[in-house]
Amino acid sequence: MNDSLVIAGKAYRSRLLVGTGKYKDFDETRAAIDASGAEIVTVAIRRTNIGQNPGEPNLLDVLPPERFTILPNTAGCYTADDAVRTLRLARELLDGHALVKLEVLGDPKSLFPNMPETLKAAETLVRDGFDVMVYCADDPIQAKMLEEIGCVAVMPLASLIGSGMGILNPWNLRLIIDNAKVPVLVDAGVGTASDAAIAMELGCDGVLMNTAIAAAGKPVLMAGAMKKAVEAGREAFLAGRMPRKFYSADPSSPTQGLIGS
Amino acid sequence: MIQFILNGQPESSAAPLTVRDLLERRGLAGKRVAVERNGEIVPRARHAEVPIADGDRLEIVVAVGGG
Repeated sequence: MNDSLVIAGKAYRSRLLVGTGKYKDFDETRAAIDASGAEIVTVAIRRTNIGQNPGEPNLLDVLPPERFTILPNTAGCYTADDAVRTLRLARELLDGHALVKLEVLGDPKSLFPNMPETLKAAETLVRDGFDVMVYCADDPIQAKMLEEIGCVAVMPLASLIGSGMGILNPWNLRLIIDNAKVPVLVDAGVGTASDAAIAMELGCDGVLMNTAIAAAGKPVLMAGAMKKAVEAGREAFLAGRMPRKFYSADPSSPTQGLIGS
Repeated sequence: MIQFILNGQPESSAAPLTVRDLLERRGLAGKRVAVERNGEIVPRARHAEVPIADGDRLEIVVAVGGG
């Protein structure tokens, strides 16, 4: 079945996008990403540790941009200006690469997005030629605004970043999905495989996660579980679930031909 | 003597230097890094020709693990 995820004109086989933070070391990072089957991987942009061991391995040597689509993020940015500066540095770092993940945070405790600053940064970045995938609140109106600005994907949170609380408001996600003409990905909140499957069954185009894999007891095993969950959820969505029949059982086996009748 | 801020820390150099010289001094020449000078990107192709001036604010960044 040819069922690719198309973002900014490029087709991807995998609908699972993964982060690269919180792993024990680069070997575990790479093993988990390989097990996840992800083609798009997020990275953060940070100052070099001046004077500290210049020979230490670089993340981009472990995840070569020729093999993976690197998605630089703006994690830790609280203003539109900082997010835009960070992504201009990322574009330079990645030789003109335009696909980015915008997130402008509003509060260090909840890591909830600051939507006015997010909208402002999105406008600047789209005007500047970036292909913007945007972390946002699960608000259908603002998700639509981001699409109208020209973002290539909208990525509402399912619950707080790193919380593992799962899909807390499926109805808002459905409203966003039903209104959107660009891909909708759940970004943040997935805790285990069933959460990823639920997101995909709702009709999400993909799921982006980091902590659910990196903070699992066995990250590489969980990465494989997430791959299957995203695929299973996608197929269930495409297949179309049976109607829910409240208070009405319906046997699967024939009601006729029972012995002793 | 040139004084400048590198990644938030004060730095100085007795001799004039370019962005490229600075990267070499720090063992970062040829590495996957990006440089910003006073809020503007310094493209890799221009590292050797862009001088660092007194009072400059420089940022050198890399990709690290993140979600």
